[in-house]
Amino acid sequence: MKVIEVKRETARVECEGIIRDVNIQFLKGVKEGDYVIIHAGIAIEKLDKKEAEKTLRIIKNEIYR
Amino acid sequence: MRYIDEFRDPSSIKRQLKEINKQAEKLPSPVYLMEVCGTHTMAIGRFGIRQALPKNIKLISGPGCPVCVTPDSYIDKAIYLSHLKDVIITTFGDMVKVPGSSSSLEKEKSEGRDIRIVYSPLEALAIAEESPHKNNIFLGVGFETTTPAVALTIKKADEEGIKNFYVLSGHKLIPPAMKTLMEDKEVRIDGFICPGHVSAITGSKPYIAISEKYNVPSVITGFEPYDILEGILILTEKIVRGEYKDVVIQYKRVVKPEGNQKARKVMKDVFEVVDAEWRGIGVIKKSGLKIRKRYEGFDAESHFPVKVKEKRKRCGCICGDILKGKRQPTDCKMFGTICTPESPLGPCMVSSEGTCAAFYKYGG
Amino acid sequence: MHNLIKDTFVPIFNSPILKKLDDSAILKKLAGQEICFTTDSYTVEPIFFPGGDIGKLAVCGTINDLSVVGAKPLFLSCGLIVEEGLEVKNLEIIVQSMATTAKKAGVEFVTGDFKVVEKGKVDKIFINTSGIGIRTKRIRLGKNFIKSGDRVIINGNIGDHEIAVLSARKQFGLSANIKSDCAPLNGLIEDIMKGADNIYFMRDPTRGGIATTLNEIVEGQRFGLLLDEERIPISPEVRSICEILGFDPLYLANEGKVIVICGKEDTGKVLSVMKRHPLGKRATVIGEVIKEDAGKVVMKTVTGSYRIVDMLSGSQLPRIC
Repeated sequence: MKVIEVKRETARVECEGIIRDVNIQFLKGVKEGDYVIIHAGIAIEKLDKKEAEKTLRIIKNEIYR
Repeated sequence: MRYIDEFRDPSSIKRQLKEINKQAEKLPSPVYLMEVCGTHTMAIGRFGIRQALPKNIKLISGPGCPVCVTPDSYIDKAIYLSHLKDVIITTFGDMVKVPGSSSSLEKEKSEGRDIRIVYSPLEALAIAEESPHKNNIFLGVGFETTTPAVALTIKKADEEGIKNFYVLSGHKLIPPAMKTLMEDKEVRIDGFICPGHVSAITGSKPYIAISEKYNVPSVITGFEPYDILEGILILTEKIVRGEYKDVVIQYKRVVKPEGNQKARKVMKDVFEVVDAEWRGIGVIKKSGLKIRKRYEGFDAESHFPVKVKEKRKRCGCICGDILKGKRQPTDCKMFGTICTPESPLGPCMVSSEGTCAAFYKYGG
Repeated sequence: MHNLIKDTFVPIFNSPILKKLDDSAILKKLAGQEICFTTDSYTVEPIFFPGGDIGKLAVCGTINDLSVVGAKPLFLSCGLIVEEGLEVKNLEIIVQSMATTAKKAGVEFVTGDFKVVEKGKVDKIFINTSGIGIRTKRIRLGKNFIKSGDRVIINGNIGDHEIAVLSARKQFGLSANIKSDCAPLNGLIEDIMKGADNIYFMRDPTRGGIATTLNEIVEGQRFGLLLDEERIPISPEVRSICEILGFDPLYLANEGKVIVICGKEDTGKVLSVMKRHPLGKRATVIGEVIKEDAGKVVMKTVTGSYRIVDMLSGSQLPRIC
């Protein structure tokens, strides 16, 4: 889910209009626009956008795996 | 949805299946790949992956469903606690339908016990704050993905001086279970599909020891069809090339080799490793988590001592063998007849991530 | 209590028949037609949710049960059982909602009952509605008319109602912008029946979702249903919540959807008629009737392989790992 607002211990995240507040104490340097993986109400990891985009290009057959 | 739809693109899936078939032709004999994580079991069922694979690549479902491996005695303890005066039991949804030795939390709830479903342990803590005159006991069940959240919640409760919040820990660790399976001569595993989110916490280190000792390649895989097929392709290639000791992170966009150190530290601060009983497998050494003395005030075990008899059900349920990947749900005489999601005999059927539930819902 | 009925409810429903407050409503002569009669009770919690309330639900549900058998809904009854202490203001809102919904659908409330019970005996308000409709003897709808090759069509997005109600319960720390699809389908269905000849079966997929309804259709029959996962319409918001909570959208309740099974040759006509109606803009073919897998519902997934779509057992619970 995408971070739309960062507070101290929590962040507001959004996906297709669904909004929730999650705890981000396990992550460093969360910014607006980051994507996070949430489990049991807590963000356990940030999505590495570079890696995600690389994988997407493989999927679209733009680069070989 | 960004970062999900693309991973379900049908044309890329077709390409992957073609590649998998190509590699599978080079295999000298059928291979058995174990997916350890319950979420993988459900995803594999939902996306029809089992049926899409070539016949010589077999997927077996392992004990990665935390609800499925929770023993009867834990459920019985939770039920006992729900009967105590001024107690609220908070739990994840999956747990309520699991049969204990004579009842279930759902049944107890319908008979008036205060049992509430939450999505996060933090929700449970909030309920404790709202009802200071009641004791809130949270049923802590889950692997390395969930445990840090529970540990964080206990720390918060400690910092905020909340005195009516407790956790009944049934938390377990996945790598020791994988080791135990490899020690079992009857179980045949040629590769591991490792849990994506557990690994986001643990990193790849725990699997390196297993792969090196037992010569079984492991791939840490995400949950979309693209991820799972990619993971299977990588494992097949490793087996074909004889690279048995390798551990690969397929789920690079989420999992780092070092995992999440902050989450692990919090887990370690609050919990210590102990032996634990896994339903259907027995006791696995150093595979469970107990709340440390420092946070004893939140340990439901110490605050509410409960003695429950270990009642063994002799109903012919083969959940144990299914969890170990030795047998399939369809091998069980009661699968789909007496044992259904509506009237489950064992946890494999009742948990939404249970192997039997996935088979029942999606077909084998 | 009598004042509440006479002074508040009667004017709101505005029916000359109801105004008489006879023991039974005496309706028009219905000779030469088939009379269809249905009843249902509504206990939804919470009673107000985005897109509707228990009153609107009680009207739409009963109207739809008549419409899907090909009947034109004409008259409704309503039985209200109210918990002591329910605010009169809320009661009025609900009754007004029932009256408005019925009026828009061209259906009349002709009789009713109202009781107040002790606190705790019901959860705020329970409503029963019964409905009477008529249909001509020429209508041929039924499972026995369904054959291999027929198409399965739905009028729009699945799951909106259940997600709207769940988010109104404020569970799981989520807030979503989703409205229930609760709506009377008689207008849409009338258009469909007029616009095409080979409509063989219709049902509104409510509790248990389209998966449950489709399984009910094939149970014990000599045909099966093959769905195409990619074609099943679902809003991005509902899909997102399903991904987050681990729900399967096929099992989510709807209150403004109809499944239509029609002859293959009529597909184009049916779709174009539906799309012209406000409740059918997203009408789409989601599957077809097949000879194989008799009695089962199967679905082609994104991987190209097939999986079984079973009945819902129990209720969906958000999953953990």
